[in-house]
Amino acid sequence: MLSETVTSMTTVPGPVAPEQAPRARDGVRATPRGTGPRPSARPRSRRTRRAVLGFLGVLGFAATWELFALAEVVNPSYLPSFTTTARRLVAELGEPRFWSTLGDTLITWALGLAIAVGAALVLGTVIGLVPFLRRATHSTVEFLRPIPSVAIIPLAVLVAGLSREAALIVVVYAPFWQVLIQVLYGIADVNTVARDTARSFGLGRAQRLRHLVLPTALPYVITGFRLAAAIALVLTITSELVIGNPGIGRQIDLYRSAPDAPGLYALVLVTGLLGLLVNLGTRAIERRVLHWHPSVRRETPR
Amino acid sequence: MADRTPLLSVTELSKTYLSATGPVEAIRSISFDVYPGELVCIVGPSGCGKTTLLKCVSGLLPPTSGTVTLDGAEVTRPPATMAVVFQEYGQSLYPWLTVRDNVALPLRARGVPRAERAAVVERALEEVGLSHVLRTYPWQLSGGMQQRVAIARAVAYQPEVLVMDEPFAAVDAQTRADLEDLVRRVWKDLGVTVLFVTHDIDESVYLGERVVVLSASPTVVQEDLAVDLPAERDQLGTRALPRFTELRTHVYGQIQRAKRGEQVGAA
Ligand SMILES: Nc1ncnc2c1ncn2[C@@H]1O[C@H](COP(=O)(O)OP(=O)(O)OP(=O)(O)O)[C@@H](O)[C@H]1O
Ligand SMILES: [Mg+2]
Repeated sequence: MLSETVTSMTTVPGPVAPEQAPRARDGVRATPRGTGPRPSARPRSRRTRRAVLGFLGVLGFAATWELFALAEVVNPSYLPSFTTTARRLVAELGEPRFWSTLGDTLITWALGLAIAVGAALVLGTVIGLVPFLRRATHSTVEFLRPIPSVAIIPLAVLVAGLSREAALIVVVYAPFWQVLIQVLYGIADVNTVARDTARSFGLGRAQRLRHLVLPTALPYVITGFRLAAAIALVLTITSELVIGNPGIGRQIDLYRSAPDAPGLYALVLVTGLLGLLVNLGTRAIERRVLHWHPSVRRETPR
Repeated sequence: MADRTPLLSVTELSKTYLSATGPVEAIRSISFDVYPGELVCIVGPSGCGKTTLLKCVSGLLPPTSGTVTLDGAEVTRPPATMAVVFQEYGQSLYPWLTVRDNVALPLRARGVPRAERAAVVERALEEVGLSHVLRTYPWQLSGGMQQRVAIARAVAYQPEVLVMDEPFAAVDAQTRADLEDLVRRVWKDLGVTVLFVTHDIDESVYLGERVVVLSASPTVVQEDLAVDLPAERDQLGTRALPRFTELRTHVYGQIQRAKRGEQVGAA
């Protein structure tokens, strides 16, 4: 798991810039700068190209969908055309009810994510800093972590009824372990020379935690957060579908039983867009907070 | 020399690591004194326990037996009047902090007010010739510059004793010569006591007022040698002096003898 998550964090697609190779011997390699990395001209043009390519991909997908539907390969009442779905989506966007449903989903998601991340940060830090606790909890963590959240649903309903609370239990479960594990690995990753440096310069325990341990763990935490945000979204929609607490997921199920295929497809598109936005958002946070980290330094060679 | 009291005393220090594969005797017995304002070099073959010795001296590692005394008090944890420059500058500087914040961190931890901190940091970076890279991150600098940042951090800490562990082992020859002169200058400008560890015989003779030669493992002090070179040293002139050649040949001979396991009393 560690190698998996860490690799996904540090190996960014694209060529490895010489930044990572042994350092140059003379001169300042990059101009001094303020806060975050400001991409220079080249990466920006590359980014534009990537955006154009992405757009073409979406266009291709829509066209394929449209042709597929027009050819009536599948019964049209099960597969409306892309244009019908898109029109329906626009109509939904004009409805206040859509926005309150979306709001319900976002609240469950954000609340679940916040609880999971907050609890994992606090517990992870405490456990990570105390070797005894780390050893004592290791096998329990390894046992509880792989349990699929979906398997928790009946238990959550038993405990909290068909409610948002039950959904929250489900939404919190998997992201919590995800972040907890990352925090534990992050805290264990403190470099010995860095720690000796801090100790020799008289930094006490609390100061070392703040100035050394937490910054060291930050890249792990951010990666955990990015993955947790995506997982939490999946679980939010799932719980709405299964438990029936208000939100996009429940609305999808209602459209299914109506039956209202264009509405169903429109909302599925919305969940996809949500996932995309969550990913873009967390990546932006990652780039901003970790501008000093090799993975990000490499991503935007300057 | 005998009438002065030593600032730092290492007395019959020994260290045996208890590792999973059994005990490793890194240091058998080391004793030497450092007097206020001295620049003492410790030279010894690779793996003889120089880093171990410095960790014990700086209170980062408890010795197996023997004592380290600083200013009359036994060192049991990192003393507030000592600063350490590590060999691995890349790991010793924090990549999430700018050069300025790296240098300022120990002062911040000590509670030095912001304005005073800024002034001290600026002066320290000036001392090492880096006042133009305040807002840069360490990883944007060359190796030699990074080690100068580490030296600036130690200087800003305003220690009585500056301890350096092979600080220039990883930089090229040209940069190394510059940094050696920088250490001599910092030592003179600030009047600190310097304990400088190296495996480079020429470097130890060029830099030191005294050279403590360590034997190969199991490590003892092979010789404690005064360097009677002129106080003003420069890379070309000093290294061309016949006395320089004599001293380095002598130290070289001692280390060879140490490697063969012959014990020679202190000079
Ligand atoms: N944590 C440790 N556990 C076990 N043995 C160790 C440990 N650290 C060092 N040693 C051993 O102690 C001996 C001295 O190591 P040390 O790093 O102090 O040598 P050194 O003189 O600094 O070497 P170099 O010149 O390569 O830096 C070596 O034999 C090394 O293997
Ligand atoms: Mg060493």
